[in-house]
Amino acid sequence: MTTTPLRTSTTTDHLDLLESHAIFILREVVAECERPVLLFSGGKDSAVLLHLAVKAFAPQQLPFPVMHIDTGQNFPEVIDFRDTTVERVGARLVVAKVQDTIDQGKVQDPGVMGSRNRLQTVTLLDALNDNNFDAAFGGARRDEDKARAKERILSFRDTFGQWDPRKQRPELWQIYQGKVNPGESVRAFPLSDWTELDVWQYIEREQMALPEIYFAHDRDVVMRDGMYLAIGPFVEPRSDETIERLSVRFRTVGDANCTGAVISRAATLEAIINEVALANVSERGATRADDKFSETAMEDRKREGYF
Amino acid sequence: MHLATKDLLRLATIGSVDDGKSTLIGRILVDTRQLFDDQLNAVAEASEKRGVGDLDLSFVTDGLRAEREQGITIDVAYRYASSPTRKFIIADCPGHVQYTANMATGASTADLALVVLDVASGLKEQTRRHLCIAALLGVRSIIVAVNKMDAVDWSKLAFDRVVDEIQALARDLDFTSASIIPVSALLGDNVVESSSHFPWYDGPTVLEALESSEAGAWEHTTTRGARLPIQWVLRQPSGGRTYAGMVNGDTFHVGDRVTLLPANIETTITAMNFGGEEIADATVGLAADVALAHETNAGRGDLIATAPLPSVVNELKTTICWFGEKPLVIGQRLKMKHTSKVTPVRVKTINGVIDIEKLDIDESTSLNTNDIGLATLQTADLLVVDDYRANRVTGSFVLIDEATNATVAAGMVGHASFL
Repeated sequence: MTTTPLRTSTTTDHLDLLESHAIFILREVVAECERPVLLFSGGKDSAVLLHLAVKAFAPQQLPFPVMHIDTGQNFPEVIDFRDTTVERVGARLVVAKVQDTIDQGKVQDPGVMGSRNRLQTVTLLDALNDNNFDAAFGGARRDEDKARAKERILSFRDTFGQWDPRKQRPELWQIYQGKVNPGESVRAFPLSDWTELDVWQYIEREQMALPEIYFAHDRDVVMRDGMYLAIGPFVEPRSDETIERLSVRFRTVGDANCTGAVISRAATLEAIINEVALANVSERGATRADDKFSETAMEDRKREGYF
Repeated sequence: MHLATKDLLRLATIGSVDDGKSTLIGRILVDTRQLFDDQLNAVAEASEKRGVGDLDLSFVTDGLRAEREQGITIDVAYRYASSPTRKFIIADCPGHVQYTANMATGASTADLALVVLDVASGLKEQTRRHLCIAALLGVRSIIVAVNKMDAVDWSKLAFDRVVDEIQALARDLDFTSASIIPVSALLGDNVVESSSHFPWYDGPTVLEALESSEAGAWEHTTTRGARLPIQWVLRQPSGGRTYAGMVNGDTFHVGDRVTLLPANIETTITAMNFGGEEIADATVGLAADVALAHETNAGRGDLIATAPLPSVVNELKTTICWFGEKPLVIGQRLKMKHTSKVTPVRVKTINGVIDIEKLDIDESTSLNTNDIGLATLQTADLLVVDDYRANRVTGSFVLIDEATNATVAAGMVGHASFL
């Protein structure tokens, strides 16, 4: 007998609908694909995705492993969070290292300070191949970028992992069709219809843990190319740059040498939600150097097999 | 700041190429300040680079390289906007006939269609086709933006002529509501801000019409039966099993008498969970899992339902939007995905093709790319279906090419009501 009254879901708000839709997608892909994997970076979107995956299959264990494409240029707080989270949910963690791809001579080492963002694609495709993963869940959202806004929830990839925006499968209703031939794969994006604000509101509602760097803290930074970069093993001040100690937080979490911090005093989820609701610069525009290469940087990377 | 609970309205833009769908969506997003400064700057830069003026609003949604080069929309762009009480999911659909599958993708989940047409050219064939597809897909409510009013000097006469055409077609296609609004997406008149150019018009702006539309219409069904297509079986620590899936049709309650189909086993719901926690009832759209009183060997592809029950069939009359490159012919074998079930099917007969212009059926024994036709299919396994007009989830399916696994058709159980 239960002693507390059961939750009565009389009305459903937009977060309830987004949550159930994502759980539905997770279950469909797991049922249809042979060997799915969930891409988990320790960032907020993949944390939400993992949280939803746990809900989708509770009380059982996750029916798939999680995988981190490790550039070796991470924020240490994020790696700690990755490890504690994976342990808490009892998932198996696969780590695929960009450094290994470099050591194998498949890509060129951009140097300690150079960006490894684009190199990740090779590591990702190798890891999918080596493990025979035929479906990879990602936390990408359509509001992040104009190319992502065009991508299906189940994104078909050929044997080279490439996305062809002119040949997407029709994806009607809530019928997600993930059948592929050997060597081909799908990327599945259950958070497609979530916005940055939805993600934060959901994190608050579910009282989820996140890496500390998402919350305001004092940090030594330099201004470079219009962004505040955190001083650390991957970012050293150049001769013409001055180190400032500022109250900052990170809106996205990527590599330490291409993810900018934003000036903020928002130290709680509630304060962050207020800040996000009033922001006038987009999440990636504010913080990601990797998107600033060209007009179609994301589309070009996706065509190569990027997340 | 108080962020109130919001509902969710899904809309799709439809209409012919170059009538201004993407520009209208760009205008809505810009004028409601849904775009961030950097995104707006990027649109301005791209516009300058391609020599199309200061700010080509269509670049807000036309994000692919090829789309910007050609100045067209190739695939659906999803954009998001929100008001204090509502989240909008906007599917900006392509207008070209060769991208009909993409348009159908965008419209298939829409609560409402935002139709955009050029006042000077009125209802083009492609607009009629889109309206016909939207109606077939079960969209009941439309907002029609009669665009480019600036180019006809804000003429009431030009507007009225188009209104008559639209109203006649809206009646034929059985739309329950159609607001028709004179706008200039380019200049912003009557999109978000009302306009002094239309002293003869006292209806809503496009945004006002969107805000007062009914959200969640997609989920509405005309049957009252609750449905749970089983996606996955969960083993409980107590040793029992629960059946996971997304609820549609109506709410399930603990204690409900239900039937497991196609096995036709009557039983009772003894418990329900969401995310590992017990719940008392499961509303439409909830991804719940359900425990049944009887031991069954239920699994993926089976369906739990309350009365009135769906039909169990191995032959069904359907309406099909064919997207395959080669024609669909009698005797052809395909795979069908219907709810969570995949089964081989064979085309028994093709009963005709829809004439978009006359809204009539022409005789045909095959369907060409982008044709919409009527076909009877035989299925290898038993299917549990409702008529599409009664339930969009249990009444819809896709057809899959057996060799390539490509999705080659969207199908609906039953024949369209306006035919």
